Amino acid sequence: MATLVHLAFLAVLQQGLPIVPERASSVAKQIDYLYYFLTGVTLFFSALIFSLVFYFAVRYRQRHPDERPQPIHGSLGLELLWSAIPLGLTMVMFFWGAHLFYIVRTPPSDATQLYVVGKQWMWKIQHPEGQREINALHVPVGRPVKLTMTSEDVIHSFYIPAFRIKMDVLPGRYTELWFTATKAGTYHLFCAEYCGAKHSGMTGWVTVLEPADYEAWLSGAPAGESLEQAGARLFRQHNCHTCHEAGPTSRGPSLQEILGKQVRLASGETVVVDEGYLRESILQPNAKVVAGYESVMPTYQGQISEEGILQLIAYLKSLTRAERKAQP
Amino acid sequence: MNAAPPAANALPKVHYLNVDYGIRSWLFTIDHKRIALLYLGSITLFFVLGGLFATAIRLELLTPAGDLFESETYNKMFTMHGVVMIFFFLIPSIPATLGNFLVPMMIGARDLAFPRINLLSWYIYTLGGLFTLFAILSGGVDTGWTFYTPYSSTYSNTNVMATAVGVFILGFSSILTGFNFIITIHKMRAPGLTWFRLPLFIWAHYATSVIMILGTPVVAIAIALVGLERLFHIGIFNPALGGDPVLFQHLFWFYSHPAVYIMILPSMGVISEIVCCFSRKKIFGYSFVAFSSIAIALLGFLVWGHHMFVSSQSMYAGMVFSILSFLVAIPSAVKVFNWTATMYKGSVMYNAPMLYAMGFIGLFTMGGLTGLFLSTLATDVHLHDTYFVVAHFHYIMVGGALMGYLGGIHFWWPKISGRLYPEAWARFSALIIFVGFNLTFFPQFILGYLGMPRRYHAYPEEFQVLNVMSTAGASILAVGYAIPLIYLFWSLRYGPAAGPNPWQAKGLEWQASSPPPTHNFPETPVVTEEAYEYYPGAEADRV
Amino acid sequence: MSDQATTLAPQFDDLAQQKESAIFGMWVFLVTEVMFFGGMFAGYTVYRYRFHEAFTAGSDHLNLLLGGVNTAVLILSSFTMAMAVHSAQLNRRRALIVFLVLTMLLGSTFLGIKVVEYSHKFHERLVPGPAFHFDGADPQHTQLFFSFYFAMTGFHALHMVIGVALLAIMTGFAWRGRFSAEYYNPIEVSGLYWHFVDIVWIFLFPLLYLVGHHG
Repeated sequence: MATLVHLAFLAVLQQGLPIVPERASSVAKQIDYLYYFLTGVTLFFSALIFSLVFYFAVRYRQRHPDERPQPIHGSLGLELLWSAIPLGLTMVMFFWGAHLFYIVRTPPSDATQLYVVGKQWMWKIQHPEGQREINALHVPVGRPVKLTMTSEDVIHSFYIPAFRIKMDVLPGRYTELWFTATKAGTYHLFCAEYCGAKHSGMTGWVTVLEPADYEAWLSGAPAGESLEQAGARLFRQHNCHTCHEAGPTSRGPSLQEILGKQVRLASGETVVVDEGYLRESILQPNAKVVAGYESVMPTYQGQISEEGILQLIAYLKSLTRAERKAQP
Repeated sequence: MNAAPPAANALPKVHYLNVDYGIRSWLFTIDHKRIALLYLGSITLFFVLGGLFATAIRLELLTPAGDLFESETYNKMFTMHGVVMIFFFLIPSIPATLGNFLVPMMIGARDLAFPRINLLSWYIYTLGGLFTLFAILSGGVDTGWTFYTPYSSTYSNTNVMATAVGVFILGFSSILTGFNFIITIHKMRAPGLTWFRLPLFIWAHYATSVIMILGTPVVAIAIALVGLERLFHIGIFNPALGGDPVLFQHLFWFYSHPAVYIMILPSMGVISEIVCCFSRKKIFGYSFVAFSSIAIALLGFLVWGHHMFVSSQSMYAGMVFSILSFLVAIPSAVKVFNWTATMYKGSVMYNAPMLYAMGFIGLFTMGGLTGLFLSTLATDVHLHDTYFVVAHFHYIMVGGALMGYLGGIHFWWPKISGRLYPEAWARFSALIIFVGFNLTFFPQFILGYLGMPRRYHAYPEEFQVLNVMSTAGASILAVGYAIPLIYLFWSLRYGPAAGPNPWQAKGLEWQASSPPPTHNFPETPVVTEEAYEYYPGAEADRV
Repeated sequence: MSDQATTLAPQFDDLAQQKESAIFGMWVFLVTEVMFFGGMFAGYTVYRYRFHEAFTAGSDHLNLLLGGVNTAVLILSSFTMAMAVHSAQLNRRRALIVFLVLTMLLGSTFLGIKVVEYSHKFHERLVPGPAFHFDGADPQHTQLFFSFYFAMTGFHALHMVIGVALLAIMTGFAWRGRFSAEYYNPIEVSGLYWHFVDIVWIFLFPLLYLVGHHG
């Protein structure tokens, strides 16, 4: 049966109906190969079982009602064999998959940082240079891009089938996704976690451009201030500098090179400062106060949007020498 | 080649169906067989309801635009399809009907250990069902059967509470059924019926019952907390109030993954019985099949995180869940090989139950193997929340569990009703179901890899051809399900009397009359042989 | 004395099988209860680890004296329950009834003290929801603490109420002479249930009340 269906689909393929989407990212091909391996194993064993069942049903059909087939209790050897072979195959799948997964989940350190805010029912994307997009994402070919994402309301999921990547987008925290686009073109962007009425409308287009075209797009798109500039503006606007100016008498810890730093909290534990910690410090400043400082920081909940927080984070990152981005 | 037709076997004069008449004798029965039929009626009604929702979904998906329903309505359709089919059909299906009917009979007992609790479990099921029906009729619920927070706990303004209460209540029905089976199987086996002489149907139900009692309470608490959050606006899952929406996913999937084994293990038990009977042969590798059921039940509790690889769960946790998920696949594979080997050098008959069983073996293999795509981390990133997942679980649940259920209904129909069903129609519908099923769900694998997400009301045009194929298949499948409903009812009146053992099958249940008397056996049988001793005289053959 | 014929249910072969099934049944049921409370314990543990300070601050507002008294009350009630089972075994109908009543009284005392505690929390505006107010560093996560406090002690209290009702029914049966040295299954099974509810509290008390008090 599986063979028949497979043949039917080969026939369908002849007519040009695809069974895999376009490959437009650096990992797509590798994931497709793993997929083909899994498909091959599936088709092989399905065909094997269907054929055996069919063959035994025909070959050993009851020819007269008084037949007495000999009982066969079993065979330890066979049991071990058909446990070991599946185990071996599944371990190959595991390691192959885990290896690719590690790659998919480990952004390169030189990735361009973009920010995504999802909300019912749209995607808002911010480029470091300041361009904002809604339900669209323009990226250049060949450059790694890292998306740091959060949601304003419910759980969404950012999915680009052509890149073979997906990551849930959560309220109250940041998740990350990275890719390197390899082929110019336009590709679907889907929300892949049910989020209410217009879940199937929360889609968009990812446009991958050759580097020259991308530069053209960057300069053409209305930009205004870059993310860092916006963040710097917010920093002054909300008077963060009055407490966080570096100096021995400042009421708040210095924010120079803050990202990636290990800090000791008043409770005694040590944390590494990441985007999530920075966001929490802005919205719930008393949750994890740094040791040696009083909990006098006011909360900015309701005063700064998720996008504003991301801009502040971009600004704070710029205060970190290690994170200084190479200009394209 | 058919089983030899029974000689003129009249129905026994008095049996469990005619021992007493009237609605009170049914609603206040403590006979496990009558309770099984009460369940049979209820779950069939819910199956039809779930099927109506499925019809709505497939009709909408004929066209890329969302033109049949408003998106809010469509979202309710797939939610209610899932809630009804999973909680009110699949989870009870075999255990509450065939299990209730057969567990005492297969072990030579007069009834389950706690007959009144058995009846209570049906009432609780009905109460849960009524709450859910109320939720459906008074506006529906649109959270998806998975109720993810914070959408379900804070944002949705549909009947989440009523549905949550319905499912919460239903959980107790499941717990009571599992509880009853465990005590019964431990304490009430006939003399001589040691654990390793039990039919594999019993092993399967034992394993299922362990999952029912351990897993269901956890989803109960998960749902209760969502309910509390909606009622009192506390913030357990709401990040705006300090909570964590992913905690819900952990609590939910901790049950809902083992739940899928609740749905498939009983079906596997049915298949073991059918394959042995219609190959006229002892099962190949009895202890391996028995232990595989237990292994699946236990390992099944360790893999829930494979639903959460892209949920912000850590990469390393993902790897742990991935490798464990591969391990839980192995015992299922072992079973498939053992069933196939049982047919080797057997004496195979093509009665309808066997057609369903053979279909199960093939389709479950496909469904199980496609699960490996989802255990594999890198491919799951791409396939999560797409139609590939939908296809995978329908292959297991419909191509697997439901076909096993239908096979079992047919196999034991003579015992339950005292009548034979019409064999030709039964084989015909089995074939229609097989064809319709594959046409409905195979295209969805392709759709999934192409990137079509789940729960989409409208979709890009390039996905239309495959969706049309799927809907066409669904229409065939619907016909396949309708036909048995008709002829099974017909057979109650017009089917020939079956006699105690029309299939000449092994198993204590076949020693009782068809239909059996209320207390099953005039005196407790004594067991002296292994399970499936079809032709013990023939020389045993160790390969 | 009770007649074997009237107390043996038809599905069982003998009283021994019936008794074993009942006891085993209660143990299996208790396993499901462990999983039920376990889910809440798991959630609580995760959040307590993450928001230690906020949870400690919340815990400080629980009344250690009342909680402690309740713990003593429940432990005493488990003793009286065990004495009830013992009395049933020895066929002492009056003692059985006395101990059942004492257990119910102690259980009700527990519930009464809980009502007092809950009303205090209500007045202190520590009940989660729109009326919640907490003067501390991290009120949001302290509210989370109280959500768990009320959910866990609330479900526990519900189980206590069911337990008291169960014992009331047992008392009624005992009054009518239903039990004897040969047949006291229901008392034993009720005892198991009561002890379990007690044990849940033994875990709840330190987890909720003692986390904040560093001594």
